[in-house]
Amino acid sequence: MTFDEIKDLLVKRFGPEVIEAEETTGLQPALIIRKDRITAVCLELRTNDQTYFDFLSCLSAVDHGLEENKMSVVYHLASIPYKTQLTLKVVQEFDRTSGSLPICQSVSSVWKTAEWHEREAYDLLGVFFDGNPDLRRILLPDDWEGYPLRKDYKTAAEYNGIKIDF
Amino acid sequence: MPYATRYEELIANTEPQEMILNMGPQHPSTHGVLRLELITDGEVVKEVIPHIGYLHRCFENHAEHLTYQQTIPFTDRMDYLASMNNSHAWVMGVERMMGIEKDIPKRVEYIRVLVCELNRIASHLIAIGTYGIDIGAFTPFLWCFRDREHIMGLLEWASGARMLYNYIWVGGLFYDLPIGFEERCKEFVDYFKPKLKELNELLTNNQIFIERTANVGVLPLDVAINYGCSGPMLRGSGLKWDLRRVDEYSAYPELEFEIPVGKGEMGAVGDCWDRYKVRVDEVVESLRIIEQCLERLQKELKRTPDFDPRAKLPKKIIPKAQDFYIRAENPKGELGFYFITDGRTEIPKRVKARGPSFNNLSVISEISRGVLIADLIAILGSIDIVLGEVDR
Repeated sequence: MTFDEIKDLLVKRFGPEVIEAEETTGLQPALIIRKDRITAVCLELRTNDQTYFDFLSCLSAVDHGLEENKMSVVYHLASIPYKTQLTLKVVQEFDRTSGSLPICQSVSSVWKTAEWHEREAYDLLGVFFDGNPDLRRILLPDDWEGYPLRKDYKTAAEYNGIKIDF
Repeated sequence: MPYATRYEELIANTEPQEMILNMGPQHPSTHGVLRLELITDGEVVKEVIPHIGYLHRCFENHAEHLTYQQTIPFTDRMDYLASMNNSHAWVMGVERMMGIEKDIPKRVEYIRVLVCELNRIASHLIAIGTYGIDIGAFTPFLWCFRDREHIMGLLEWASGARMLYNYIWVGGLFYDLPIGFEERCKEFVDYFKPKLKELNELLTNNQIFIERTANVGVLPLDVAINYGCSGPMLRGSGLKWDLRRVDEYSAYPELEFEIPVGKGEMGAVGDCWDRYKVRVDEVVESLRIIEQCLERLQKELKRTPDFDPRAKLPKKIIPKAQDFYIRAENPKGELGFYFITDGRTEIPKRVKARGPSFNNLSVISEISRGVLIADLIAILGSIDIVLGEVDR
């Protein structure tokens, strides 16, 4: 299925408001999905015989920078039988100063591999994935403070009383 | 934490007769600094909880502060057993974003494939050798390291480093192959083929080895796909899925090779023996690729005095603003890099690395429920993880 056909399929299934925007300027076009429908959209793309995106290649969270104050989660889907790829995005604004995490639906019920990817995104960028059964830090220690890949992260000077030299 | 995670529930619901046992992080059979927390009932493993991150070196943060060319040595250090393949994937991604992938000279592409396949053999030799030692066979380990040393020597001759090469550059190569490399490489292939036969006699068809690995850690295909397993893990479960064929990148479309898959010869499809056998078969296929590359490099793509592998190197690497995800077949599976560029600077805005070992490891708790502790070692060894890439 081509990109436009997938778009039509999603619009037919979920209504036109499910796709907030699309990015077609780069080499790989992407669909920006409403954040409260991402799990449903993924499940549809995963189970529909015509798309059958059964492989989640990559899930990454992206901090858009200090001016934009946006956090997005990017899903790279691949279909093994059709040999196709698709990029989905969920973009949301968030308030850096409030201390509360941006919330995104978890897709770990669709692909199990998302569980670890989401833990990594939670660990390094501080996105809370609602529905992930095991959302803990994965690469950093459990008592680490802050989210190191955020653009406003200040490098930690010490950890548990140990000075960090660099 | 507003709710109890599954991990907390598992630990809280441990039965009185069960014991929590830590395997690693300093344990040779965990292939690096991996810690497995086991909930055991006697010899039976009830649950495996992997704890990773002991080797976390902020690759993604480094990549967001360095130019594309400067990051290549960092990609080498991800899967440090297959550095060439890592930098090949990275470089291909940057070249596609720049739109210069068609300008790369054929000789450069063939040299890239040649060194990548040499490195693939080296990586699989470690996987095979250490797997033997996990199970209790000491000799194959020594044989594999002896043969791997020849490859290390060859690659050192080409690049100047034994393991971390920084050889493949955006738009070309560090240097052309040294004079006489092709001949010496051919000698290695001729030397190595009979050694592989010996290795098969010693390990692959060894009855003790088969008893320890057949029907152990069976990974069904749907579970493998759902957990994002790739590479020999996925092919061991019986699926012909190789990105070298699917994405047809670099010089691979012009080369002949088969994709070995697990057939369940000794037990169920997708058991430890199948995954091991896929690696052995891949070594044979890689040798085939190397022979074809050498023939091309010695005939129509022969070295000429005016050939400069750095001729196509871009002066400034500033891809236009876009998102790009590149995937390539590493010895361990699908290695992906996700770039976000802003079109103004030489430094990417965001880089995410998708390590194959990271995803392959995540399946371990699923396939090792209810196995014996000794079998867990066999399962872990058959996944063939490199912690440098799991933790990045």
